[in-house]
Amino acid sequence: MTAQEWMFGIVALIGSLGALRVVTSSNVMHAALYLVVTLASVGAAYILLAAEFLAWVQILIYVGAIVVLLLFALMLTKAPIGRDTLDNQQRGLAAVVAIGILLGLTILLQGPFGGKRIPEGVTRASDIGSSLFHSYVIPFEVVSVLLLAALVGAVVLSRKEEAPE
Amino acid sequence: MIDYAWIIALLPFVAFVLILFWGKRTPGKGADIGIAFTSLALILAVVCLIQYAATGDTSHASVDWLTVGPLHLEFGQNVDGLAVTMFFVVCLVSLCSQVYSLGYMKGDRRFTIYYAWLSLFTASMLNLVIADNLFQLLIGWELVGICSYLLIGHWWEEKENSDAAIKAFITTKTGDVPFLFGIFVLTVAAGTASIPGITAKVAAGDVSTSLLTISALLLFGGAIGKSAQFPLQVWLPDAMAGPTPVSALIHAATMVAAGVYLVARLYAVYAPSGHALAFVGTIGSITMLMAALMALVQDDIKRVLAYSTISQLAYMISSLGLGPRGYTPALFLLFAHAFFKALLFYGAGSVIHAVHTNDMSEMGGLRKHMPVTFVTFGIGTLALMGIPPFAGFFSKDAVIATAFDTGHYAIWVVALLTAFVTALYMTRAVFLTFLGEYRGSAHPHESPAVMTGPMILLAIPSALAGFMIALFADWVHLSGVAREGFSVVLASESVAVALLGFGAGWLLYHGGRGLERDPMLSMGTFTTLLRRKFYMDDLYDKGVVKPIQYSVAAAVNGFDRRVIDGAVNGVGSGTEFLGKVLRYVQTGNVQRYAVFLFVGVAVLAVVITRI
Amino acid sequence: MIRLMFPLVFAGILFSAGVYGVLARRNAVLVLMSIELMLNAVNINLVAFSRYLHDALANGQVFALFVITVAAAEVGIGLAIVIILYRNRETIDVDKVNLLKW
Repeated sequence: MTAQEWMFGIVALIGSLGALRVVTSSNVMHAALYLVVTLASVGAAYILLAAEFLAWVQILIYVGAIVVLLLFALMLTKAPIGRDTLDNQQRGLAAVVAIGILLGLTILLQGPFGGKRIPEGVTRASDIGSSLFHSYVIPFEVVSVLLLAALVGAVVLSRKEEAPE
Repeated sequence: MIDYAWIIALLPFVAFVLILFWGKRTPGKGADIGIAFTSLALILAVVCLIQYAATGDTSHASVDWLTVGPLHLEFGQNVDGLAVTMFFVVCLVSLCSQVYSLGYMKGDRRFTIYYAWLSLFTASMLNLVIADNLFQLLIGWELVGICSYLLIGHWWEEKENSDAAIKAFITTKTGDVPFLFGIFVLTVAAGTASIPGITAKVAAGDVSTSLLTISALLLFGGAIGKSAQFPLQVWLPDAMAGPTPVSALIHAATMVAAGVYLVARLYAVYAPSGHALAFVGTIGSITMLMAALMALVQDDIKRVLAYSTISQLAYMISSLGLGPRGYTPALFLLFAHAFFKALLFYGAGSVIHAVHTNDMSEMGGLRKHMPVTFVTFGIGTLALMGIPPFAGFFSKDAVIATAFDTGHYAIWVVALLTAFVTALYMTRAVFLTFLGEYRGSAHPHESPAVMTGPMILLAIPSALAGFMIALFADWVHLSGVAREGFSVVLASESVAVALLGFGAGWLLYHGGRGLERDPMLSMGTFTTLLRRKFYMDDLYDKGVVKPIQYSVAAAVNGFDRRVIDGAVNGVGSGTEFLGKVLRYVQTGNVQRYAVFLFVGVAVLAVVITRI
Repeated sequence: MIRLMFPLVFAGILFSAGVYGVLARRNAVLVLMSIELMLNAVNINLVAFSRYLHDALANGQVFALFVITVAAAEVGIGLAIVIILYRNRETIDVDKVNLLKW
């Protein structure tokens, strides 16, 4: 185990624990904050995988914007607190399914990718930039239109009906 | 033109399709299409006739339609003198009926489809006539049967009309079963279904006489059914429930003549077999006298004519049973009979249209109110009775004379007797309908020109066609049969008999006699026997219809309802049940659905990667 | 030099946690959070494989970028819907939103 692997292991551990607490916590605010932990550890994982640009984008957007949005929503909807109010009856079945997926994935991936290693090298932001604006410029534009649509949609959806004059 | 004679058969079929789809939108509501196409067919038929008369050209051609193993089904045309004359007859009477129906069926609730069926009928009959092989003939045969059923039951809202249609169909079908087997036997025996081919094979002596006899007898079953001979004559009187133009066209002039035509076409099969000819002659004789007697006691004018038709058809059949010398007289009678019987039916229809009843006891004195009808009906009657110089004299009396000449004295005697009875019943009908004083309560008036027109038109051949006999014999004859001269002695015997019958009728009915106590209806047991149609209807009903209804038919019905319908309905109710059970899957809980989704994806992933 | 299995297992854990959350949580916002977890897991996978395959164009990372963007849009709309749901039914308990029940 190299140093990088140790680091990655710790980051992964923190992230996993955070994820588990997100889905099992009985207090919604705690769940949101655990989500922050998980998302940040994912960003750290990106750095360890030498994808720097992506790491900062992750922190910026996910932790900075999305979690805030989620917190807003939680506050506006007066979410109740308590184990039974937060988990429904198919907990057991869901756990089975989740563990099944985990095991299945691990076993399936172990075969082809068992001892492989990720090579050295860093992906610079300029690499991503040139790829984005040369090869993927059209999806880029489309995604910006998508964001515009989402923006307008969210505004329209959450507008209160105007009272008749 | 003769090479393209199949166009004549095709034209009414095109009319049928056109009327079916666009009939209601034409200004004449379909009648204009039907009449136009039939007129065109008639013109072409006349052209063919002229061409044949001038050059003696015949045509025989066929196209291969379907080949299944050793069976070749073809569609072809076999045009000779007989076919050409039949084209003319069918097209002319069909056209007359369609024109007549413009008046008779005016305002009818199903005017358009009536004309469609009439056109289909004309096309089928022409196809039957032009057919070059037995299977094509069978197609035409069955199609005319269906059209007959549809047209008899035109006013099916009244139960007795639909009953009559079913009776007609089933009775002719009963004859069609041996007919079908006859076709099979003949096709296998001769190795071909083509009619000229069969004729050639038989002439070459390649077919054994016993096989010929068997197929002749079986095929004759179809003729018995279609031409309403004993014992299957029971449907024709009831078929009078249909509209009168239909009765004129189908049940007088053409379809019922199909049986006669069949025997004539396949005469090569009948001629060598003495037994078959004897059977044909016997059936004809029995029928002719039976039907004539039954016509004596009818109140309904159309039924008188129906029994008369059966009787005249029996004359033709008997003539064919006399052997090759009876061929031409039989067909000449067919030719002439088509005209004067259709004319008589049109007259009856005209009367019915005016007084709104078929019952002769409510008629009388119509001579004054409907002069044209009276005169044309009179011409038809005289033709039917065989009085010279009208067509019946040359045709019917030729049959009677040939019977004597060929030594079939029994048939000769029966034919003479029948001629007497024929004259008697027709005289009775004329007296009760047209002479004396009017006994009913309607306001009779002459019929419109569309109805009197065809009557006048058909009166011409009824009166004059007899003089064509020599010409006709040139066109329609069996090769190798010597043509006979016209024996005045024998002819005068039959005229004398007819005059006797007329005299008897006059005695009984003139001057309004026989109205309170109709002599024919007062003969006690004999009248009852005749009015009950020799109890044949009762026999069929109790002996055949009811046993089948209560056993086989009931069983089949039960099977159909419970098993087949049960299966079909069961599919429906099973699906319903399944739906009721499966709907519990819809819990409305999205996360439950998501569980199924993920489990499904996982399973799929495992399955796909492992396989 | 990280072994490839590390990021893959990490992604797997995040993903199954997300699956559990989607299936078992009652609060609609928590379900959305779980979906975010799943998307992150996918992103880690993409980046790991992109690096493993010596990707010249950094395809995997660009795609991960797009995923993040779309996830952001999705969360925006999703929460708008949750707000409307709350407005109409006074609850965001997904168990109670079952009008399509038989």
